[in-house]
Amino acid sequence: MLRYLSTRLVRALLTICFVVTFAFIILRLSGDPALLILSPDAPPEAIEAFRKSWGLDRPVWEQYFHYFAAIAEGNLGRSMRDGRPALELVLERVPATLALTIPALILKIGIGIPAGIYAALHRNKLADRLTMLFSVAGFTVPSFVLGLLLVLVFSVNLGWLPSGGQDSWVHGILPVITLGTAGAAVLARFTRSAMLEVLGQPYIRTASAKGLPWRRVIIDHALPNAAIPTVTIVGFMVGSLVAGAVVVESVFSWPGVGRLLVIAVANRDLAVVQTILLFVAATMVCANLTVDMLYGWIDPRLRTRRVAGAG
Amino acid sequence: METLVSIRGLTVDFDLGHRVVRVLHGVDLTIGKGQAIGLVGESGSGKSVTWLAALGLLGPRAHVGGSVQLSGEPLLGVPAARLEAVRGRRVAMIFQDPASALNPVHRIGRQIGEALRLHRGLDGAAARAEAKRLLERVGIADARRRLDDYPHQLSGGTNQRVMIAMALAGEPDMLVADEPTTALDATIQAQILDLLRELRRDGGMSMVLISHDLGVVAENSDRIAVMYAGRIVEEAPTAELFAAPRHPYTTGLLAALPDLDGPRRRLVAIPGTVPEPARLPPGCAFAPRCPQAIAACTTGVPPLVHVATDHRAACIRVQTAMAA
Ligand SMILES: Nc1ncnc2c1ncn2[C@@H]1O[C@H](COP(=O)(O)OP(=O)(O)OP(=O)(O)O)[C@@H](O)[C@H]1O
Ligand code: SF4
Ligand SMILES: [Mg+2]
Repeated sequence: MLRYLSTRLVRALLTICFVVTFAFIILRLSGDPALLILSPDAPPEAIEAFRKSWGLDRPVWEQYFHYFAAIAEGNLGRSMRDGRPALELVLERVPATLALTIPALILKIGIGIPAGIYAALHRNKLADRLTMLFSVAGFTVPSFVLGLLLVLVFSVNLGWLPSGGQDSWVHGILPVITLGTAGAAVLARFTRSAMLEVLGQPYIRTASAKGLPWRRVIIDHALPNAAIPTVTIVGFMVGSLVAGAVVVESVFSWPGVGRLLVIAVANRDLAVVQTILLFVAATMVCANLTVDMLYGWIDPRLRTRRVAGAG
Repeated sequence: METLVSIRGLTVDFDLGHRVVRVLHGVDLTIGKGQAIGLVGESGSGKSVTWLAALGLLGPRAHVGGSVQLSGEPLLGVPAARLEAVRGRRVAMIFQDPASALNPVHRIGRQIGEALRLHRGLDGAAARAEAKRLLERVGIADARRRLDDYPHQLSGGTNQRVMIAMALAGEPDMLVADEPTTALDATIQAQILDLLRELRRDGGMSMVLISHDLGVVAENSDRIAVMYAGRIVEEAPTAELFAAPRHPYTTGLLAALPDLDGPRRRLVAIPGTVPEPARLPPGCAFAPRCPQAIAACTTGVPPLVHVATDHRAACIRVQTAMAA
């Protein structure tokens, strides 16, 4: 277990190094923060001073090492826009994002999993077909399209719900629905196929042959087994709690981490982008580790090795 | 002999969505109390489907016709609760691949315990003690510890013993063993067959042993029914079937059998393969592979008729020979 955890950790660290480097290269090559933040018409002396104070006048490789060394020491830097610590800026935005993504996650699980199970148990019947139709629609329509559609119907036409902002929980309804729909659709499809796979297994027939009522066969012999693959997807969704709302936050002008990321990228505000990426990577890694642990708990095959002899 | 199970005109059609395929074409079979029947035939002949259909285990895509009676009471078309009371309690079934027939996420003890609670009302410590006794009964060493094992921790042979223990939990009147040894190697296979024989001798349980190997059923059944392409083509007491097989398919199966006592000889496998249910040849389904086929064989399906007092076969040539 320890060896397993340490390899996972090394892998996670490598991933993070890669992400950090990648972000540096992309942001440094694609625009000049001095021009973007100060505007191109600023006096050349001001731009020069800005570059000097942020170390942008030094060679790129030196900047890179400087930046990397700082991260290794736990110093995530400051925003070039207002000089505030990047970590503070990001942390400030996290609650707003979670206020969308956590209810959305509950929506995904609460609708997606039961719908998938129901569809599997009524395979090829009307209920199954309808569920799958909604599911396909749910994840083929991009979330900005769905978001705009919802705004059009519920804000513009009906005037029931606000189209943006974060003044009250009512403002969260449309973004949560937008976020939840696609996830619920994915989860429904996934749960359905996991259930169908399990229902075709010989041990289901054994359980029926034993005389168990169908309801007990489902609850005791199908659901626990179908949970194994489903946990992976849910884990992935948990991993994207912080980063998964970039588009939706932009559509609904929701002041969360996602919007901050968009603004920071536009300004080539490296420290902020970097901090967000590290945050996202860290949540992903934690979610993955949790999933691995859950696996061991649900699936005894991963937890115990073959011990008994032949015969 | 008192009849335990009587199958009459059993048909099974699978609804494949784009078409419906008949895989059983009217199977008649009777199993007496305490009797052991061997059901043989090549892969795809309908051996498993016969018993899965009888116990209502085929699922909604299968349409089952004909009649199945257990001690005179119908099993087809009855409410689910009625069938559940029969499964495991009156008729138990074990399957070919014991490793996948047991649920990988539940401990052995729990899987046996389910049957004990269901059929004998045992719970907690009483169920555990009985499960341990059953494991010992089927020859598993260190039974107490095995109760807490998962199937993947046990060998194939041990898992099949667990399946048998689970089947015994309901103290059934009949055990259907569907190729119980096919997935196991030869020594283990012999041990499992010994165990089944012993259980039958001690318990007076009826048994259906399904196999594609005539050799396996020979020592373990009073009667043998030979299936081909969804029909029974010959049925007789074991000794008579071996001594005087009447259907060319049975003769073919016998010729393919290694002779243990006699001199070594070349094994002659039946050429060709079992036709797919959707593409049965006209007339006798065995005709394309039959060394004795004549023109008349393709005109009609030969019915299963008595060729001796206690011996039935479905072959046109046998019938004409008798009529002559
Ligand atoms: N669920 C199903 N859907 C469609 N066809 C099926 C289904 N189950 C079985 N069949 C078909 O029914 C026929 C009989 O199958 P069955 O499993 O009874 O054969 P078998 O004699 O038990 O062979 P084996 O030795 O391979 O177990 C085969 O042609 C098989 O393809
Ligand atoms: S009916 Fe004809 S084809 Fe069929 S088994 Fe008899 S001889 Fe062979
Ligand atoms: Mg079979």
